[in-house]
Amino acid sequence: MIVGERKPFNEIRAMLEGYKKVLILGCGTCVSVCMAGGQKEVSLLASQLRMDARLRKTEMVLGENTIQRQCDREYIEPIVEQAGNYDVVLSMACGAGVQLLAEMLTPLPVVPALNTTFLAVADREGTWLERCRGCGNCILADTGGICPVARCAKSLFNGPCGGSKEGKCEVSLDIPCAWQLIYDRLSDLGQLSQMEIIQPIRDWRPSDSGAPRSIVREDAIGVSGEKA
Amino acid sequence: MKAGTNLEKVLESGTFAVTAEVGPPKSATARVVEKKGETIKQYVDAVNVTDNQTAIVRMSSMAGCVILKQMGLDTVLQITCRDRNRIAIQSDVLGAVALGIGNILCLSGDHQALGNHPSAKGVFDIDSIQLIQALKAMRDERKFICGDDITGEVPIHIGAVENPFADPQAFRIQRLAKKVRAGADFIQTQVIFDIDRFAKWMREVTARELDKQIHILAGIIPLKSAAMARHMRDHVPGIEVPDQLIRRMENASDPQAEGVTISLEIIEDVRRISGIHGIHLFAVGWEDSIPVIVQRAALWPRPL
Repeated sequence: MIVGERKPFNEIRAMLEGYKKVLILGCGTCVSVCMAGGQKEVSLLASQLRMDARLRKTEMVLGENTIQRQCDREYIEPIVEQAGNYDVVLSMACGAGVQLLAEMLTPLPVVPALNTTFLAVADREGTWLERCRGCGNCILADTGGICPVARCAKSLFNGPCGGSKEGKCEVSLDIPCAWQLIYDRLSDLGQLSQMEIIQPIRDWRPSDSGAPRSIVREDAIGVSGEKA
Repeated sequence: MKAGTNLEKVLESGTFAVTAEVGPPKSATARVVEKKGETIKQYVDAVNVTDNQTAIVRMSSMAGCVILKQMGLDTVLQITCRDRNRIAIQSDVLGAVALGIGNILCLSGDHQALGNHPSAKGVFDIDSIQLIQALKAMRDERKFICGDDITGEVPIHIGAVENPFADPQAFRIQRLAKKVRAGADFIQTQVIFDIDRFAKWMREVTARELDKQIHILAGIIPLKSAAMARHMRDHVPGIEVPDQLIRRMENASDPQAEGVTISLEIIEDVRRISGIHGIHLFAVGWEDSIPVIVQRAALWPRPL
């Protein structure tokens, strides 16, 4: 899922400077799961802003709402009218949600309350770990299900660099060497011969080089009557 | 001969080669490079000029190579994958060859988080093994990575590095084999202090006959002080310094002399190891030690 992290309060407050009526809009999917931008976080941030406004003796009207997905037009449409009553929308969605909201609420300003961080798995309660970089050309079949693009600091394709020591990355002892993990996993799978293969120079077009990327599924267009 | 550089001639002739590393300054002062060049000129077959080593900004390797080349030294241009994409790298290769620099060493590069610009975005468009392949294709097939033809020759003597002491241990030999298959002509190893472990690694190298396909130069670093030894043990990725050597440096009345002695012992040991074709000296700011070490190791005068 997409992981986000709330921006520091002072940064949020600075973005709202000069606005009197603020709608805080949460998102009920990924950022809700990682406890950064769901209904609970909306009400928490609203209380913080309310207290802050009172302390600073400024006037601020705060609205609160959370929709299922800010990355989907059909969930935004029902709140367009409500948003029109405010000076600014503070979105607690990922960057994709903030942008679709900004597009659909034009000319209303939309500002982000979160920093969108990475694609992750929930490791244990309160801990999310980056596992995918959305690079568009998955090689997990060759690497024992461990991604060198996301998990090797240098995104190497042909084994560890010279800095791997005791299973740790040269960047930090807190980071496992992705290639040590790959080596161990391939060893367990009896697939160590994979390490001998020279992975060719990569075509990055499905990733960084091709941004912004898009996918059009002809078979899905017009399937749903109201979305056509 | 692939590039006809001095280093290639020495290695091909079967002579035990000596190379050294020169770190360019954190300034635009050519004189710093010239001084290092003057100190070591008579004592080495080629000089590596590092490419922003430890991810700290310095004068470019290309500029350093040109300065040394003008003084008559054969140079090894180091290229890391950290700072350039494939377009910039291939452009630099063409430029280097045009300037008469024939030896190019391929490295991934120390991660930018370790240097003086930790907020930089690392490039890592290709990795070191892919870089070797790319240089080989430029030279042997006259092709760019994209497949376009290169007009004219690109004579390069391709170098790579290997660290016998990094993990996973069992993969280090496969990694060397991959570099050989990718097209490396010579290897400069990471600094060696643990001679037994290095000898064990070299036995695997010779068992796979990799030494027949490639020239291997053993990395040697003269220790200048006990503090330097401890710093390398604790802070330099991929270097192991045994405690016994640290104690020797700590107890020495003249640490510099002890450091030279240790280097000479290691050189003597590596010369006895089958498959070693030379040494690569990392002077790290102590270039004065190189003439002493090369002479006392009876590796002087140099051929050619």
